[in-house]
Amino acid sequence: MRSTRQRRILARIVSKPSTLLAPAGIWLIVFFVVPLGVMMVYSFMPRGVYGGVDSGFTLEHYRRFLDPLYLSILLRTTLMAAGCTTICLALGYPVAYAISRARRWKHVLLLLVIMPFWTSFLVRTFAMIFLMRDTGLINSVLMRLGLITEPIVMLYTPFAVMAGLVYTFLPFMILPIYASLERLPTSFLEAAEVLGAKPSARFRRIIFPLSLPGVVAGSLLVFVPALGSFIPSDLLGGAKQMLIGNLVQNQFGAARNWPFGSAASFVVMAVVLLGVMAYLRSGRGELATSLRDIG
Amino acid sequence: MTGRLPRWLGVVAGSVFLFLHLPILILVAFSFNASRFSAGWNGFTLDWYRAMTRRPDILRGLYLSLEIGLTSAVISTVLGTALALALHRYRFRGRATLESMMYVPLVTPEIVVGISLLALFAALNISLGVGTILIAHVAFSISFVTVIIGARLAGMDRSLEEAALTLGADEFTTLVRVTIPQLLPGIVAGALLAFTLSFDDYVITSFVTGSGTSTLPVVIYGMVRRTIEPTVNAVSAVVLGMTTLLIYVADWISRRGAK
Repeated sequence: MRSTRQRRILARIVSKPSTLLAPAGIWLIVFFVVPLGVMMVYSFMPRGVYGGVDSGFTLEHYRRFLDPLYLSILLRTTLMAAGCTTICLALGYPVAYAISRARRWKHVLLLLVIMPFWTSFLVRTFAMIFLMRDTGLINSVLMRLGLITEPIVMLYTPFAVMAGLVYTFLPFMILPIYASLERLPTSFLEAAEVLGAKPSARFRRIIFPLSLPGVVAGSLLVFVPALGSFIPSDLLGGAKQMLIGNLVQNQFGAARNWPFGSAASFVVMAVVLLGVMAYLRSGRGELATSLRDIG
Repeated sequence: MTGRLPRWLGVVAGSVFLFLHLPILILVAFSFNASRFSAGWNGFTLDWYRAMTRRPDILRGLYLSLEIGLTSAVISTVLGTALALALHRYRFRGRATLESMMYVPLVTPEIVVGISLLALFAALNISLGVGTILIAHVAFSISFVTVIIGARLAGMDRSLEEAALTLGADEFTTLVRVTIPQLLPGIVAGALLAFTLSFDDYVITSFVTGSGTSTLPVVIYGMVRRTIEPTVNAVSAVVLGMTTLLIYVADWISRRGAK
């Protein structure tokens, strides 16, 4: 048994939000916010001879982005991320809609969407390599069937990178759209039907507009990580299709230009923050609901 | 809702489910294939699993990943639960801002988290190793735990807590004997997710790992880049088996909790 004094102290500790906040808050400030600050400072400092940075101030690393080589990397990354978001939306919306309409199998279907979120990103990328390489399953099946004589080169092409991106991020699109469709009041649809709206009109004028918050949340959850990804382009693109993630990784690895790498990832971070701010202004219910689904 | 689902919609949805799961199933199936070059099926074997158990780097990586995953899950669940309670049970200035700030780590690309931590550790001259990996994993797991538990707290019936307080229990007793037991399914789900995030992470770990502290994903990444030996399939199957088991546990607990 605890003494009354101990109990009173414990009660005081848990009844103040600051003591509950402090441990996680300090951890996040020291190991999330401060590092971002350090990274920003690095991006304005001259490059050190053996990696790291020298003291001083320079804008050279940001100016370097005006070089056509790096501009094309920025452009390619943006296009890949936007393309991935579009494909995920086109594939994910019908799935989210089908799940929201399912009756008996809803729980199983939802679990099937959530499972990839829990399974290793790396293992999933390896599964794509296993299917797409020259001696992989797709090519050996097609050759055995006599449909092709030479293997189709799929691995280390932009197609492979895009397939890998979509394969990885598709569940992030489905969950928020499903969350917003689930919340749609059935009475709206019944009213529309009674009043004579055709299925296409019901979809166009009620279902789709009301699922837009989910579409926005899903697009953000796909676009942002796709923008910063480097595993798919490294393993499936053979680093031939350099994305900004590969650029950052290179600068911190072989190229040993930390300030330039910091500048590049700060550019990514700026896009992320803009996206989050835009999203928070449009309400964030779907993000929370889909995260609850994942848990 | 009314009406039947159009047939084409079912076909699209079915194809997407195949696209999401078939590659993984094929990968696992071929971990039992006797052929080294995977072109065809040459019969059943457990050779690749045996080969796996003879590789010290894989076993060390697995052990290290389990160790870091469990520690990270415990720390981030405790910190994340406390943070969620503060955000959802109290009113204070800046609460709403703080709550929306919790979403920033969720959408920050891993590579940014990884290199910014590397920059911090370099600036402070901290040598890289298990400690820095653990710090990084807790830092990115806290937000997930907080958001998941926060969602449960928001939907939780407060009448039991109010009854406890009215009947004379102090805040601590109410928290330990009423709130936390009621919240347990959410806490367990958060902990399982935190473990999985840590156990699967490659990108962030690759920046903050030192020499001799290769976690399992780091070992797998090296194998995938170098070779096409089916041992990778066997290791992948083991990793998948573990996470699938965790999903079932999490799902079972959350369904029991919902009743």
